[in-house]
Amino acid sequence: MEKLTLDYSVPQTLRLKLSGDWRISSVLPEPGKVTFQFTIRNDIRKLGIDVSGMTGWDSGLVSFLSEVFRECRRRKIEVVREGLPAGIEQLLALADKPDEKVKPPEVTREPFFSRVGEKAVRIGRSSRSLANFLGEIAYAFGRFSRGKAYFRWGDFIGILRKCGVDALGLVSLISVLVGVILAFVGAIQLELFGAQIFIADIVGIAMVRVMGAVMTGVLMSGRTGASFAAELGIMQTNEEIDAFRTLGVNPVEFLVMPRVLALVVMMPLLTLYADFMGILGGFVISTGVLGINPVEYINHTQNAVRLSNLWVGLVHSVVFGAIIAVAGCLRGIKCERSAAGVGEATTSAVVSAITSIVIATAIITFICQVIKV
Amino acid sequence: MPAVIEVRNLGLSYDDYVVMRGLNFSVRKGDIFIVMGGSGCGKSTLLKSLIGLKEPAKGEVLYGGRDFWKQDEAEQQKIMRSFGVLYQGGALWSSLTLGENVALPLELYSKLNPEQIREVARLKLALVGLAGYADFYPSELSGGMRKRAGLARAIALDPEIIFFDEPSAGLDPPSARMLDDLIIQLRDTLGATIVVVTHELASIFAVGNNSVFLDSEAKTMVAAGNPRDLLNNSKDPRVIEFLTRGERQGVAR
Repeated sequence: MEKLTLDYSVPQTLRLKLSGDWRISSVLPEPGKVTFQFTIRNDIRKLGIDVSGMTGWDSGLVSFLSEVFRECRRRKIEVVREGLPAGIEQLLALADKPDEKVKPPEVTREPFFSRVGEKAVRIGRSSRSLANFLGEIAYAFGRFSRGKAYFRWGDFIGILRKCGVDALGLVSLISVLVGVILAFVGAIQLELFGAQIFIADIVGIAMVRVMGAVMTGVLMSGRTGASFAAELGIMQTNEEIDAFRTLGVNPVEFLVMPRVLALVVMMPLLTLYADFMGILGGFVISTGVLGINPVEYINHTQNAVRLSNLWVGLVHSVVFGAIIAVAGCLRGIKCERSAAGVGEATTSAVVSAITSIVIATAIITFICQVIKV
Repeated sequence: MPAVIEVRNLGLSYDDYVVMRGLNFSVRKGDIFIVMGGSGCGKSTLLKSLIGLKEPAKGEVLYGGRDFWKQDEAEQQKIMRSFGVLYQGGALWSSLTLGENVALPLELYSKLNPEQIREVARLKLALVGLAGYADFYPSELSGGMRKRAGLARAIALDPEIIFFDEPSAGLDPPSARMLDDLIIQLRDTLGATIVVVTHELASIFAVGNNSVFLDSEAKTMVAAGNPRDLLNNSKDPRVIEFLTRGERQGVAR
């Protein structure tokens, strides 16, 4: 059955017969079907509505009638409202309220130079806030070394465990695989010269000098750096950091310093461990797959890897530890107070940590080249 | 009664955006002072300036006659130690238990030994009705309990002034009522001066004996005094509309 039938039996009057289900979950006729009648027949003076056949209604009916009635008002057609379902009048009145005259905030596109200038100002501001933050950390360490800082050893040990011991599994897996990859890549080239034993040199030097530290650094940026940022970010959102401030406790001293210290202590240890696991990976592949004598492999590794390589690797790791912790804590503390803000803080902590690690590696490598280490 | 906090010609802004200007009021000792106004009118920003989290653009906040924002950091921290703050969500430190939360201010600034500190922390938790919860972590509590625990921490050092940021926000009516009772109890027992930022009418009339009303359009305070007097005597339509939940419209603006 048609939901909407038009009845012209009374002169100059259009009667709408509504029947069936008029809920938005069902298919409803368009108001245009009625308003079109007003256009083609200009003798209509009255509009009546018969809802006796209707089984149910909701906003679907309200929006249909509201549009039809609006058109009637425009064309000065009288609407006979008798017989409309109870309660619908109020809804129609609400629907007919004119839109409030509010303008959405204007989005104006700033001119090019203004945008460049703003960006420059922002960069200046963020580098000043970084410098401030580093200064605060240095000040906190100063107080710590004079025994004046408020330091909770229990918290510190917890952080040490979280960013050290708990990361061992992940670091093992990745370092062994890096050792394996280095061995395979080296083998392909060295086989050409029958010098496969030099795989030991490649794996050993590469892991100890830089790869161990860099891989650990990247892993820890994603693992610990992100967790620092999220943790402090949520503390900022919950006003926990404000609560420290109003208590006269410097949040940098209480929250940032132990984290920086923990990571600076743990990174070299993790790196040593990664170095060892990487060499182990290379060893397993070289002796098991490529057929190199185990004793010879160990001897070669011992001869190739000098202590200076180890020091270079450890310097990397200390620098990376500081970078990751500072990036994570800075983003966390400066986090905007919303869920999106915490997400953004975490992302930018990881991105800036990894970027800074790569830049720092380049700088350290260059310095080592210059001072011939 | 002498003024504990005096605000003179205070102006607040975010960068170029002015939130409030020309605020002048004073909080006397023993007052329960209400800062009220509609949402987004700058109540919380004013609170931040009072508790030392946001430097005002202009004017002075005097504590015992000294301008807070003109002191050096050590002096500021000393002033801050004389007050406690209950933040909107309680702002308990999530990595510490309730007992440790309350104990931390005491560890920092009291000369008590660890055993005494534990005892005082237990007492403070008992004062807010959380005896026996010392070993719970904040995440294990309901919102109302977290707020009360936040209050226990705020009063850990027996502060002279306690600030409340929207104490009834997010609480069911009985919990909100319980917090109101606690506020009055604290004033009566500890002799503390109390500043409450809220727009909850029930609380305003239940606890307040002095207030300022901030209006976001005027960007300043449009009324001050006892909330009940304001309800009865104020001629300002904005104040009347607010205090009667819009049921009594004031004279046209």
